[in-house]
Amino acid sequence: MKVLTRRDFLRTSGIAAAGLTFSRLGFDLTPAYVYAAELRTELRIKGAKETPTVCCFCSVGCGILVSTDAKGKVINAEGDPDHPISEGALCAKGASSYQIAVNENRLSKVRYRAPYSNTWKEVTWEWALDRIASNIKKSRDKSFMEKNADGKVVNRTNGIASVGSAAMDNEECWLFQKFLRSLGLIYIEHQARI
Amino acid sequence: MTNHFIDFRNADVILNMGSNVAENHPVSFKWIQAAKNRGATFIHVDPRYTRTSAKADIFARLRSGTDIAFLGGMIKYIIDNNLYDDFYLKNYTNASFIVNPKFSFDDGLFSGYDPTKRSYDQSNWALEKDENGIPKRDMTLQNERCVFQLLRKHYSRYTFEKVVSITGTPQEDLEKVYKAYASTSAPNKAGTVLYAMGWTQHTVGVQNIRAMSIIQSLLSNMGIAGGGINALRGESNVQGSTDQGLLFHIIPGYLPVPRAQWAKLEDYNKTTPATKDPRSVNWWKNRPKYVASLLKSFYGSKATKENDFCYEWLPKLDPTQDASWLNLFDEMYKGTFTGFFAWGMNPACSSANAGKVRQALAKLDWMVNVNVFDSETGSFWKGPGLDPKKIKTEVFQLPCAAFLEKEGSISNSGRWMQWRWKATNPPGDAMPDGEIMYDLFKKVQALYKKEKGAFPDPIMNLKWDYETNGKFDIHKVAKEINGYFLEDIKEHPVDKKEYKKGTLVPSFVFLLDDGRTSCGNWIYSASYTEAGNMAARRKKDDPTGLGLYPQWSWAWPVNRRIIYNRASVDLDGNPRDPERAILKWDAVNKKWVGDVPDGPAPPMGTEGVYPFIMKSDGVASIFGPGLKDGPFPEHYEPLECPIEKNIMSGQRINPVIKMFEGAADTFTTCDPKYPFVCSTYRVTEHWQTGVLTRWLPWLVEAEPQMFCEMSLELGKLRGIQNGDRVMVETSRGKVESVAIVTLRLKPFTIAGQTVHQIGIPWHYGWLQPKDGGESANLLTPTIGDPNTMIPESKAFMANVTKLTAQPAKKGKKG
Repeated sequence: MKVLTRRDFLRTSGIAAAGLTFSRLGFDLTPAYVYAAELRTELRIKGAKETPTVCCFCSVGCGILVSTDAKGKVINAEGDPDHPISEGALCAKGASSYQIAVNENRLSKVRYRAPYSNTWKEVTWEWALDRIASNIKKSRDKSFMEKNADGKVVNRTNGIASVGSAAMDNEECWLFQKFLRSLGLIYIEHQARI
Repeated sequence: MTNHFIDFRNADVILNMGSNVAENHPVSFKWIQAAKNRGATFIHVDPRYTRTSAKADIFARLRSGTDIAFLGGMIKYIIDNNLYDDFYLKNYTNASFIVNPKFSFDDGLFSGYDPTKRSYDQSNWALEKDENGIPKRDMTLQNERCVFQLLRKHYSRYTFEKVVSITGTPQEDLEKVYKAYASTSAPNKAGTVLYAMGWTQHTVGVQNIRAMSIIQSLLSNMGIAGGGINALRGESNVQGSTDQGLLFHIIPGYLPVPRAQWAKLEDYNKTTPATKDPRSVNWWKNRPKYVASLLKSFYGSKATKENDFCYEWLPKLDPTQDASWLNLFDEMYKGTFTGFFAWGMNPACSSANAGKVRQALAKLDWMVNVNVFDSETGSFWKGPGLDPKKIKTEVFQLPCAAFLEKEGSISNSGRWMQWRWKATNPPGDAMPDGEIMYDLFKKVQALYKKEKGAFPDPIMNLKWDYETNGKFDIHKVAKEINGYFLEDIKEHPVDKKEYKKGTLVPSFVFLLDDGRTSCGNWIYSASYTEAGNMAARRKKDDPTGLGLYPQWSWAWPVNRRIIYNRASVDLDGNPRDPERAILKWDAVNKKWVGDVPDGPAPPMGTEGVYPFIMKSDGVASIFGPGLKDGPFPEHYEPLECPIEKNIMSGQRINPVIKMFEGAADTFTTCDPKYPFVCSTYRVTEHWQTGVLTRWLPWLVEAEPQMFCEMSLELGKLRGIQNGDRVMVETSRGKVESVAIVTLRLKPFTIAGQTVHQIGIPWHYGWLQPKDGGESANLLTPTIGDPNTMIPESKAFMANVTKLTAQPAKKGKKG
């Protein structure tokens, strides 16, 4: 049986609007037409830009359509009806992804906690990245091992470790491991292990 | 996954075990429902009755940590009743291979065990080869040292009586499951298994999955539509992050990490899997091409054939060093590290024995924590029981873009690499992770240029040129991963065609070991070619009618949707199940039709190549001599268990697991203080540690706080009513919870005794919501599977008591 997607539904109800009581689906769509007509006039996403993406939670890979207004603000996120795996469906988490974008608790400033301090301090990227780079260098230079106890070349940094992340995109994961391995790290782990 | 999500609909029997698919991968359930609508049988095996169980045709309950006993009983049932697929077993598996006489098994131990080292000498388990180095076989399967006879002997011990006694599953339920699942051995029947952390998070995790792989091989369910071994992974890109080598033991594309004993690239390449059998494709023989191309993607023009492509610059582990998660935090706890990145992670809640991790973080000089929201890791220094004034760790909390605020690809469990487009800008100063690391590395590079320092070569010469018009360009990284031709190639050895310098390679088949190609990850080669970005495709043609959708996104490797698909056809290349033909040989045009085949070779016939091209012997391994804990799965009790003696043997626990012995690592077994089996799990409305979902009001409203599920019987025993506040406790920590006294759990009868099991979700943490409760991982032990070091979070011993005092005040939990 053909699955009736939201888009089909809207398209079909368009036919109903043209005066057909019984649609090509073979049943009365009048109530649906009324509802769809309401949707068209009331719909929050009317005129919005739709951007396809894929859910950030589990690994099923459901399609999400994100609607943004003229200023680029997210106004809605819902299942992508064209997506062959999810066919427009989302679970409670995926359906809440709108609240990731529109959320007053998002971290939006770089924060720094000094040794022995009991508060965060807001800092600039420039300051933070300079200081992190300097810390990396200090830790690396102090712990770098050219040869191990057996005299074999190992060229590694023993004093820095890293975890993360399966929440990043493939390209970022690849870049991150390149970054860490160029620094000489061997303690490179993430969520896949646990 | 060997298969993919939509393919569930092609199965006749679906076994969901070690997972709760309806609640944790909810949308995928539509494909299970589609199979059920066709008449498929859906089986759920789990300690707890869940929403998945509610939809199951057969539900069987087992005690956490006893899956091998359950599955071992199924192997015995299949063999005793001659329910295996004889053709498949003889032709496509190592059932006929002869094992050398040094192999033996006695009272829970395989031959070659060294109790002082707690390890095996695996050479005792080698397969016998003839004078030409080709594995010896007995195609009648009668030789008493052939794999099939050894399998029969090993699992003859897994009688119903013993299995019932270990698992607590009633015999009639075992029989129902075994009978239904074994029915898929017919070539025109397909059985699939869906598992998750309920199988991996055990000290026998790998062997749980091996046991099912053996069953799938006996029943001819590997490489077919509606079959396979399908891990339901927990994070949207945990497949991809693993593929890209963000783990201590692999570099991108599952290449082994360099070690000290392989000083030169030549030494590393000597470990390339080899076979002398001309019938085995042994695809891994191409590994040197992938390593050389990877090094070119790291060091660009600095990497030449003459200088070993700068292989020396890659960091090397000691010969047997294990730098995995539990060891990492053990080292941090001991003070080994001064610096630490927790990038997009929340180990203060996600790690087993999280209390130890929180103490370890305080021993660092500095930590960089990158996240979308604040977390218990970034703010660990103000966590419960810690005094910020005593914690030296300098913490940088970097705000990153969320998934819909940037562009890039992720790979789902079915290996589909799907492109995501950017919908909006990140808030405030937040930036995509890629841009943060890109800028940070440039800072490090500048510093080394200015000040010199220890061994600057790999930093100064790293190829780090992923910009367009001065801005970081993720497409350039995607192309780097796919790979380039680095020189004009007049006549490529593969197809005799000409390729131009600077163009993208069509696939990994075209990679070379001489420095003329680069490729960041060979299994992703073919994902971004001169024809465009394959992951961004959205065409919905489905030529096989089996839901492969070959032009929607892209699947690794080479857009193959079902791997090992050559095992779905007979020796002449005809589908064994014509109704679900993922592949068939077109004899006229001499080519395969359907899915992308596992290699272009013609059908196997009596002299052609074997179907399992990634295995060095070319066949599925029923006997697996490469694992640390034995070539056949054997039941051992979890490290913490409710019975003194393993009913199967004198070895109570897996004999090769690594024991952690520091002050923060305590374990209890058969201790009256901790009498109940406990397991962690997830709910639909939260994800992982809740690092995202605990900040989304809609979800917090649905699942606001920590709870503990227990049976009516246990509630009665402990005087606990539904809704009471209780304390769940192990020797490592305490977590306050709300009791859910429910029919979903029932006591087991194990070895004649009543054993209670409780369950807790692991989504919470002290930071948010304020009265939500603490992390379940304060309770879990530091112990891992010997092969993967995945922690045993699914079976440990705990106590639960009613809290009689007033509930703790807000913000002072834990």
